Amino acid sequence: MSPRDDEAGEPMIARDATYHRAPDALRARVRASVAKAARESRGPLLWRALALGAAFAGVAVLSWNLALLHARPSADELFARDAVSAHVRSLMPGHLDDVLSSDQHTVKPWFTGRLDFSPPVRDLASVGFPLTGGRVDYVDGRTVAALTYRYRLHVINVFVWPRPGAADSPPRIEMRQGYSLVRWTHGGMGFCAVSDAEAAELAGLADALNHQ
Amino acid sequence: MTPLARFEKTVLPHLDAAYNLARWITRNDQDAQDVVQEAYLRAFRYFEGLRGGDARAWLLAIVRNAGYTWLEKNRPAEVVALEDPGALSAEAETVGHASPSDGNPEVILLQSANRKILNQALEELPVGYREVLVMRELEDLSYKDIAAIAGLPMGTVMSRLARGRELLRRLVEVRMRKAS
Repeated sequence: MSPRDDEAGEPMIARDATYHRAPDALRARVRASVAKAARESRGPLLWRALALGAAFAGVAVLSWNLALLHARPSADELFARDAVSAHVRSLMPGHLDDVLSSDQHTVKPWFTGRLDFSPPVRDLASVGFPLTGGRVDYVDGRTVAALTYRYRLHVINVFVWPRPGAADSPPRIEMRQGYSLVRWTHGGMGFCAVSDAEAAELAGLADALNHQ
Repeated sequence: MTPLARFEKTVLPHLDAAYNLARWITRNDQDAQDVVQEAYLRAFRYFEGLRGGDARAWLLAIVRNAGYTWLEKNRPAEVVALEDPGALSAEAETVGHASPSDGNPEVILLQSANRKILNQALEELPVGYREVLVMRELEDLSYKDIAAIAGLPMGTVMSRLARGRELLRRLVEVRMRKAS
């Protein structure tokens, strides 16, 4: 145990995080475009009046579109809501697992015939996430594999569905309604882990699932 | 002095700060450059509005706006609302750290590993936490400036800093535990 958190063992942002300095090319590009804007702003009065009018129209269109955008939840938002609902539903008595096993060689074959894809199933007890079972669930308009893990006393649902051709993306953390969500893509599969455990722990589960 | 000359003298010197913030918001070199370029054009347009005051904080507010506009357009999923009060519990758990001394090759190794882990963890944080941590720790801005730049009440800035640090610490711990 360290005597103090901020000693050398623990990274500190000010010391260890990268300060990204602007590349020289950017400096040149910014100077050039500002100089150009300066020249243009000295144009004839008529053009400036027109530009102002166009700017107002632009702002009106933009705010209208933004208003529309905000009124309608994004696909992503809907997915997240659905995933949290599926998680909460799974916690009701008898809903969590249809196949109850900590053996990945029991859980994986169970999905065969129930899904048109084969989700990666791994027991992660060695890193603190024992597999407890699985079921088929329905999230965001499609059937998904739901793998269940435990972390201490927390139940974790990991939803898995095929995303052919999608590039791998690192885990992304969100918090909603007090639940942690971590989403990522790996090996052509979409993953979404939901739990009341800490988001950081879920990110750890994501790393373990990707790399074990 | 022409407005352009004044702009070059007061605003252009903060290009590094602008780029650093944009880079941490977008997490990508090219996108950060586009955001900075756009922000500088906006800044020049509103330059008359800057009378005295801190040019860096003023510019960073524009950069942050341009960054968020870019995120909303290109990666809307990353702009998540943060639940500011409560939620994260401090279920404390301590993990042993090596306590190395200076000048030792292992320390250097550990520190370069730290750097990588920390950068990754910081990129993984939701942008609302990431930006306040970057402004506070890397730009050394005051709470008041951060509140003005991010358009948040000062109390929210402080709670985001605290929760961002806590979340970051846990992300780093999980990664270090795995690495060791």
